[in-house]
Amino acid sequence: MEMPAPNASVLSRKDQIVSRLRAVLPDNAVISDEAETRAYECDALTAYRCPPLCAVLPSNTQEVAAVLKICHEMGVPVVPRGSGTSLAGGALPTADSVILGVAKMSAVIETNYPDRYIKVQTGRTNLSVTGAVETDGFFYAPDPSSQLACAIAGNIAMNSGGAHCLKYGVTTNNLLGVTMVMMDGTIVEIGGAHLDAGGLDLLGVICGSEGQLGVVTEATVRILPKPEGARPVLMGYDSNEVAGQVVTDIIKAGVLPVAIEFMDRPCIEATEAFAKAGYPMCEALLIVEVEGSDAEIDAQLALIMEIAAKHNPVELREAKSADEAARIWLGRKSAFGAMGQINDYMCLDGTIPVSQLPYVLRRIGEMSAEYGLGVGNVFHAGDGNMHPLILFDANKPGDLELCEAFGADILKLCVEVGGCLTGEHGVGIEKRDLMTVQYDPPDLEAQMAIKDVFDPAWLLNAAKVFPLASSEARRAA
Amino acid sequence: MKPNSEQDLAQLITGADGPLRIQGGGTRSYGHATGDVLDMSAMSGITLYEPGALTIVAKAGTPLSEINAALSAENQRLAFEPMDHRALLGTTGEPTIGGGVAANVSGPRRISVGACRDFLLGVRFVDGAGNIIKNGGRVMKNVTGYDLVKLLAGSYGTLGVLTEVSFKVLPDLARQTTLVLTGLDDAQAVHAMSAALSSPYEVTGAAHDPAADKTRFRLEGFVDSVAYRAKELVHVLAPFGIPSEEETDWAAIRDVSVFADQPGNVWRISVKPSDAPALVARMGAKAVQYDWGGGLIWALTDDGDLRAKLGDFKGHATLIRGDVDTPTFQPEAAPLAAISAGLRKKFDPRNILNRGLMA
Repeated sequence: MEMPAPNASVLSRKDQIVSRLRAVLPDNAVISDEAETRAYECDALTAYRCPPLCAVLPSNTQEVAAVLKICHEMGVPVVPRGSGTSLAGGALPTADSVILGVAKMSAVIETNYPDRYIKVQTGRTNLSVTGAVETDGFFYAPDPSSQLACAIAGNIAMNSGGAHCLKYGVTTNNLLGVTMVMMDGTIVEIGGAHLDAGGLDLLGVICGSEGQLGVVTEATVRILPKPEGARPVLMGYDSNEVAGQVVTDIIKAGVLPVAIEFMDRPCIEATEAFAKAGYPMCEALLIVEVEGSDAEIDAQLALIMEIAAKHNPVELREAKSADEAARIWLGRKSAFGAMGQINDYMCLDGTIPVSQLPYVLRRIGEMSAEYGLGVGNVFHAGDGNMHPLILFDANKPGDLELCEAFGADILKLCVEVGGCLTGEHGVGIEKRDLMTVQYDPPDLEAQMAIKDVFDPAWLLNAAKVFPLASSEARRAA
Repeated sequence: MKPNSEQDLAQLITGADGPLRIQGGGTRSYGHATGDVLDMSAMSGITLYEPGALTIVAKAGTPLSEINAALSAENQRLAFEPMDHRALLGTTGEPTIGGGVAANVSGPRRISVGACRDFLLGVRFVDGAGNIIKNGGRVMKNVTGYDLVKLLAGSYGTLGVLTEVSFKVLPDLARQTTLVLTGLDDAQAVHAMSAALSSPYEVTGAAHDPAADKTRFRLEGFVDSVAYRAKELVHVLAPFGIPSEEETDWAAIRDVSVFADQPGNVWRISVKPSDAPALVARMGAKAVQYDWGGGLIWALTDDGDLRAKLGDFKGHATLIRGDVDTPTFQPEAAPLAAISAGLRKKFDPRNILNRGLMA
C-alpha cells in the first residue's frame, strides 16, 4: 500500500511544532520521543507501519481545539486515533503527521434515562458505554466484535456495526449529537438529545467519514431498554445454497432475528479444532438468535425451527439453557482466533445482497483454488455483510501481496453482484485504491467536495478513503 | 419540465437559465422555493424488490401508494411510516417516494425503528451542475466512502434532484393494539410515555393528545406476543392509571389529522421529550399534539414566528403550514450555517435547486 511522501518542510520543523503543542497541553500529553511514538506506528492492520512525527493525548474538547488550531496554522497533517483497532488502516500515521489520540477522554458526561440517551467523551470504549447503563436495564446497541477495546470515536469515524444490527442498526442509526472540532480549531455542536437534528443531515455525513472531516470529542447516543432475554438456535446444512435459502425464508416469514450468523466448512473445521464447541461437520452452519420473553422466544424459535426443518438440516439444536446458548456462540466467537491459529489471515468486509450468497461463496471457493490460499467464511448473513478470512504466511515472501490480490478480487466480486467494498470496517488505506471499482469519478468527486468544505487544506487523515491519484491535486494544493 | 430519464434531467439542469422548483407529487406545499416547476412524476417505477433481502429500489417519482401495495403483497412495509401531508396542507396529488426522502418524512414509529434516513440504503441524484451521482447501494451495511445517502435525505432537493432511492423494508407485523390512558396532564403524559419506552416491551408508538385527553401506546407483533406485552405494559403504566385497550387510527396521528380543518399555522418541533411540556407551556398554542414519546410536538398557532416565544431551546422548529413571511426552517448556529452554505455551493454552484427553500 503506497502512502504519500512526507512533507519535508513539516519534518524539518518538528522541534518547533512539538514545542508549540507542549505549550497548550500538559507535559505528559505530548509524545515526541522516537522510541515512544512507535506505539502509534500502526493500528490493527499491522502489515503497515510508520511512526508519526509525534502523538498528542488531549483531555478535553478545548485541548483538541488548541492542537488542531496549531496544526492548521503550521500546515501539519493530523491523524485522529480512537483505540487503534481499525482493520483498514484508518489510524495509520504518515511520518509528517501528528497522531491525535482520544484515549484520555473517556468520561461519561450525562446519563438521561427518561429521554434514553447517554453523552460521553469519545475515547470511551464501546462496551463501557453499555457498562455505564446496564445495571439500570439499558444498553448501547452497536456491538462491533472489538467492542471491549474500540472507542466511540472510532465507531463514529467508521460507522461501526456489529452482529445485532439487523434489528438495531449501526452507529449512524444510534447517534443523536456530537461536539466536533474542525481542522481550524472551530468547535461545533451538531444535533443534541432530540431526534433528527435540523438543517442538512451533517451528523449523517460525519458518521463514517473516517476522521477526515473533524475530530468528534463528545457524542450523545441513544440507549435502549435491554430485552427480557435472548436465545440462539444452531442449524447445519449440506450446502451453502440451502443455508442461504433458509436465511431468506426466515426473513420472508416475518420474523426479525437480532442476529443471523453464518460459517462455512473451513471455518467450522478450524473452530472445532480450536474451541471444541460441538459443531456439526457440514458445509454451512447458521446461528439464529431471537429476543423477548421466554414465551415470545419459544414462539419465534418454533417458527424458525419449522422453516429450518423443511430444508433437511444435518443438525438443528435449540439452546435450552444459558449454558447451551453460550456453547452455540462459543465457536462463532472463537472463529477469528481459530483461523489465526492456522496461519496469518486477512479479514475482508464486503457486503452482498443476501440473494447472491450461494453464488459468491462458490466463486470464493474457486478463487481460493486459483490463488492457492485457503479461505474461511464467517459473517452476518441477515444483512449480507461477509467476513472472508484469507489465510497466508507473513514470513513467506510474496504471500501478503498474493493475499491482497485475492482479497481485492473478492471485493470486486461483492461490488459486481450489487454489494459494496466494506460493510463495517471502513475504507482506510486498505480499500482506498478499490474505490473506483464501486464509484465513478463524479461519485468520488462529490465525496471529496464534502471534505473540501470541512477541511479545505486536506490536513485531516488525508491519505485515506480516496485513491491517492484521485485526491492528489487536493492534497498537494 | 418533466424529464423521463436521468440523462434528460441532467441536460435539463445543465441547460437551465433560472431556478428550478422540484416537485414529486406536489403534496407538500411548505417552504418558499422559487422557479420553474421540475416535475419528477415521469421517472417512476419499482426497479427491484427482493422480499427475502428486505430491499426495495424505486425511481424517485414512484407513488408511495405503488410501493406500499407491492410491499403489502409480501407482508412487508416501510417501517418509518411516512406521513401523508395532503389533509393537513389541503393539497391534492400523489405523494412520491422521492419527495418523502427529500423531506425525510417519518411517522410515529420513528421513535422505535428510526426515521426515513435510517432505512434509506442508497440514492442516485443529479446535482446542480448536472452531474449524475450515486451513493450507498442496496445492501444494509455499507460504509464505503462518505454517506451522502443521509445528507440527501432531508436536504429538500437543495443539493441534488433524486432519481432513484433504495430502502431496507421490514415485516408488516400481524397484530396491533393500543393502550390508552386518560386524565394525564402533559408532564405526566411524557413521564408515562418515557416509562413505556424504557420498558423492554417494544412500544412502537407513544402519542399524547391533550384535547382528547388520551395518551396512547401502540404494540405490534405476533398475536401472542402482543397480548403478553400489553399485559406487562399495564403493570409499567400502573403509576399513571389503568389503561384501556382501544382501536386507534395511527394514520390519523401520523398525519396530524385533528389540525386539518382548523385554521392557523402548524409547527413541527423536535426536542428531547422531557423538555416538551415546559416548551408547550411557553408557546401559547391553540392546540398541540405530542408524538415520539414527547420528542415531537405538533403545534397549531396564530400567525407569526413561534420561535420568538420558544427562545433559545435545544431542538428545532419547522413551519409546516402558515404565512410566507416566517422562515420555514430553524436558523442554524453560525458555524453550521457556514458548513451548510459551503455544501450547497459545492453541489449547486448556481443556486438553482429549490432556491430559497432551506437557506
